[in-house]
Amino acid sequence: MSNAELIAEAGKIVDVAGKDAPLTVRGLTVSYGNKPAVFSIDASIPAGSMTAIIGPNGAGKSTFLKGTLGVVPRLSGEVRIFGKPFAEARDRVAYVPQRASVDWDFPARVIDVVLMGLYKSVGLFRFWRSRHREQAMECLERVGMADFSTRQIGQLSGGQQQRVFLARALAQNAEFYLLDEPFAGVDAATERAIVAVLKDLKAEGRTVVCVHHDLSTVAEYFDRVLLINVRRIAEGPVDTTFTAANLQETYGGRLATTHIDELRLA
Amino acid sequence: MDDLITALGAEFVQLSLTPIVIGILAAVACALPGNFLLLRRQALIGDAISHVVLPGIVGAFLVTGAIDAFPMMIGAGCAAIVAVILIEIIKRLGRVEPGAAMGLVFTTLFAVGVLFLEITDTSSVHIDVQHALLGNLESLIWFDADGWQSLLDPAALATLPPQLPRLALVLLGIVLFIALFWKELKISTFDAAFADAIGIHTRLLGFALVVATAIAAVAAFDAVGSIIVIAMFVCPPAAARLMTNQLSRQISWSVAFAVISAILGYVFAGYGPGWFGSPYAVSAAGMIATISGLILLLTCMFGPQRKRIGQGAEA
Repeated sequence: MSNAELIAEAGKIVDVAGKDAPLTVRGLTVSYGNKPAVFSIDASIPAGSMTAIIGPNGAGKSTFLKGTLGVVPRLSGEVRIFGKPFAEARDRVAYVPQRASVDWDFPARVIDVVLMGLYKSVGLFRFWRSRHREQAMECLERVGMADFSTRQIGQLSGGQQQRVFLARALAQNAEFYLLDEPFAGVDAATERAIVAVLKDLKAEGRTVVCVHHDLSTVAEYFDRVLLINVRRIAEGPVDTTFTAANLQETYGGRLATTHIDELRLA
Repeated sequence: MDDLITALGAEFVQLSLTPIVIGILAAVACALPGNFLLLRRQALIGDAISHVVLPGIVGAFLVTGAIDAFPMMIGAGCAAIVAVILIEIIKRLGRVEPGAAMGLVFTTLFAVGVLFLEITDTSSVHIDVQHALLGNLESLIWFDADGWQSLLDPAALATLPPQLPRLALVLLGIVLFIALFWKELKISTFDAAFADAIGIHTRLLGFALVVATAIAAVAAFDAVGSIIVIAMFVCPPAAARLMTNQLSRQISWSVAFAVISAILGYVFAGYGPGWFGSPYAVSAAGMIATISGLILLLTCMFGPQRKRIGQGAEA
């Protein structure tokens, strides 16, 4: 492709979601050591959509999220959040890291973790106050964890911990939610509760992106998919993009065709 | 009763008050940042810094040729920063775990410090390994005090051991640092990726914490030696963690344990051997560290939160 074609191509990607889309990524490359974890990924997430990021283990799904938010340094690429650099749009974004990425033995109660989501509204050199506690309790209510507010976080089940993380994100009252494997290792009741909250967020016009690995629930939960395996394989609505051919390419033949057919039927 | 009044009279103010206060200040100044180091699984960094203080002090002596507190503290501070940078480099280039990198750096630098002492002519002055390890808390007496009223006498106050105001200042700085950046320290210690995403400068804050640790270690080292420093970075916070499940309460407990260790340690070291009929006193620094270890042992056996792990199942 010539340069002009490349620019035109990149322009098209931006156009799909519009200039001020929640997320526009061009040529994102992140590397740990010598091997790139994600290589030159383009993506654009339209406002009000619910997108699943799908790919095999080690495909760079989490790294993609962290790269867009500057949690890990980018080797190259441009990221725009609502048309601005992330630093300027930080307050409009809520990020939920993988549950396993933190030490749940940390001395904190459930409410203490949710209060962390209100960091920006507390202000520099100030402490959390009772009005923040009330807000935090409302967020716990929304994920069905209000009764556990004074429980030590290490005493919770995996599903309950994930709900606390979601409540912390709700407390941020963001427009754009990025969740890293919110359904990993949670019970069925929690999965239903989380999906209901995420669909509420979408109904309120907010944008949701989840790293997801259960292919059987993609069509049920999400309206868009971003398929990656170090590189971007495909991106678009579930109906047209979540296809056997694209999955085959993403998973590099590790998924049997019959398995994919089942998924399509489901 | 008369015994008690005599015990807490003029002689006490002159001989014991300042060592006890200095012991308390040093213990608390180390225990406070120790809470965060422990939760960040960086407890060894306190150990590392307090060891590399030795080559720093010897280096400062070789450069200036005098036993003067200020250049020595600068030298120790520089050595601490060099050690932190070396640890980072070894971690990244060698791809070894942080604990191994710290262990490598502080043992090597401590050994370099001992070598320096051996091959240079420092024998005429009072720096030796013994002093570096145990300090000389008992010698920090207040000559010009003649009773409690001296606390109100500016002339007498001016002759306080310089370690006391210095440690008080360091402690104040550490308290301010933790109070002002409480939210940031708490959030970034629990979930660094989230802290990054909401705009907390986690690397800068982590570095500031290490600097605060280094300042506490250097200031305390001068007065009480590295044994207390190492013990106070770890023992009171670890014991406090077993008492509560809230960070703010853990910090309060750690301060209480540090104060108790300093007081009991000093008293037992001075009077304890006498109770067993021995005419000698033992090292206060060693006894303070021992008491903090005993407190940790007690909390391990009886602390209300000692069985945290495994409780998830019943939730």
